[in-house]
Amino acid sequence: MARVWIFGPDINTDQIVPGRYAPYMLKNEDDLRKYPFIEHRPDFASNVRPGDIIVAGNNFGCGSSREYAPLALRMVDIGAIIAPLFARIFFRNALNLGIPCFTADLTAELRDGQEVELDLERGRIHTDDGRSIQLPPPPAFLREVWAAGGVVPFYRKYGRFPGEG
Amino acid sequence: MAQTLSEQILSHAAGRPVSAGEVVTVNVDLVMMHDSLSPSIIRVLHEELGAERVWDPQRVAVVIDHVAPAASVQTAEKQAEVRRWVRTQGITHLFDVGRGISHPVLVEEGLARPGMVIVGSDSHSTAYGCVGAFGTGMGTTDIALAAATGRTWFRVPETVLVHAQGRFRPGVSAKDLALKAARMLRADGATYAAVEWHGVEFLGVMERMTLATLSIEVGAKAGIVPPTGLLQTVPEWLRVEEGTRYSRVVEIDLDDLEPQVSAPHTVDNVIDLRDLGRVAVDVVYLGTCTNGHYEDMAAAARILRGRRLAPGVRMLVVPASAQALQLAAEDGTLATLLAAGATIGTPGCGACIGRHMGVLAPGEVCLFTGNRNFRGRMGSPEARIYLASPEVAAATALTGYITHPQEVVDGRYPEL
Repeated sequence: MARVWIFGPDINTDQIVPGRYAPYMLKNEDDLRKYPFIEHRPDFASNVRPGDIIVAGNNFGCGSSREYAPLALRMVDIGAIIAPLFARIFFRNALNLGIPCFTADLTAELRDGQEVELDLERGRIHTDDGRSIQLPPPPAFLREVWAAGGVVPFYRKYGRFPGEG
Repeated sequence: MAQTLSEQILSHAAGRPVSAGEVVTVNVDLVMMHDSLSPSIIRVLHEELGAERVWDPQRVAVVIDHVAPAASVQTAEKQAEVRRWVRTQGITHLFDVGRGISHPVLVEEGLARPGMVIVGSDSHSTAYGCVGAFGTGMGTTDIALAAATGRTWFRVPETVLVHAQGRFRPGVSAKDLALKAARMLRADGATYAAVEWHGVEFLGVMERMTLATLSIEVGAKAGIVPPTGLLQTVPEWLRVEEGTRYSRVVEIDLDDLEPQVSAPHTVDNVIDLRDLGRVAVDVVYLGTCTNGHYEDMAAAARILRGRRLAPGVRMLVVPASAQALQLAAEDGTLATLLAAGATIGTPGCGACIGRHMGVLAPGEVCLFTGNRNFRGRMGSPEARIYLASPEVAAATALTGYITHPQEVVDGRYPEL
């Protein structure tokens, strides 16, 4: 089972990882795994478990181009991020790192700490109270990138860019 | 069919006509990377992509601006590593400590030009729209791919038109227009879209950069000002076409525009300064790619001339580029700022990312001419950041609370 972490709207990249905690500023770059939401939600990094899901409000990941924001989330093995709208650079960075992002508003459907099961293959969430929520399927070319594990493995495997014929 | 400026530029780069909604692979004209992400870009390029060389060392620009000069042994070491890499790659466009922020520097150097596709490892790479380029910010992996191949992919954006009419009143400037647009569009109002700024051909290139950089704050992929009245040559295929369709049109009357303030902690939390109430500040910070240009320092100096900062207020001026600093030194702007009690930092990003050169303490309030007032952006998450124009910054420095420029010029504006 995965746990749900609920976040509000307009979560910006400074809230995900403040610039002061960039790998550039760190003695040991692996320490980045300790810093997702360090100031916005200090209990996150120490309690998050592999496969947990972030369920957020509108405009998740707005702000900077810093890929170390989604990278920090990948380092703690986030299973997916679900929000009604993603800021475009964040969405692209997450895609490039192979983090599944689904466009849906589930902040009212799920509660913080709820146990759920994510069926990535079918794009479905099964909740601990017996509900099944269908997530909108992302475009095929994005699914191909996730399946490859990110844009670099995708490019190395196919020798082309996402969406390129 | 009539095309938006983004469609024109991406069609040119793709080598075929493209329109909004299509996913296209295009050639890029210029790749910019800065010190903060270059070490990771270099690693992805070599270790993950397996590329030995960048695709064209003439078309990769490296700028040391995010922590410049280095603030720690780690950052100094990583900068040294980037410089070594630049030499081994034969990259000619390295702009080192003190040259300034990537965006104005690439415009000043003539590397960013009308009609180009420019990708940069900085979200404010929308800045290049100030010369009619399609500039956009990307992360480590996308920049590494672009540097390795000279190509990238985009979903061709729809375009939101911000249409300005009239002229600014004294004490009102491009920042107020941009904040007003953010107030109307909100932080997600142009997500996945481009913004075109029309009716602003009377603005200079760096004032246009104020508009272009703030385009990302409404979520935009690019923020383009039609390239009219520039010294640079504009390709004949790049022009605003009759009958172009926009996904949304926002009209702003400059004759009525009041100084705007973005209050903590989101950029779109904008109100008329008149409605703000009394907000005392500890620090006035003039700088960044949004408003650290020569024009911004000069606008502040016109208000500060012959006066002193309010007791207890610190004013930091961090020029956006060495060229801006040089101009300010030559015409007395710098002397005016110093005489008023302001201090000057090394041209670069300064404290905009909260890493050095003036980070904020818990409880401090900063009036900032930059582009983000997110909680914790400039240091402590308990600090409060208000965004406003350089004119408001100067007026605020004189009184110690966020102040309308008219209040300190005794009706003498704009002759000051």
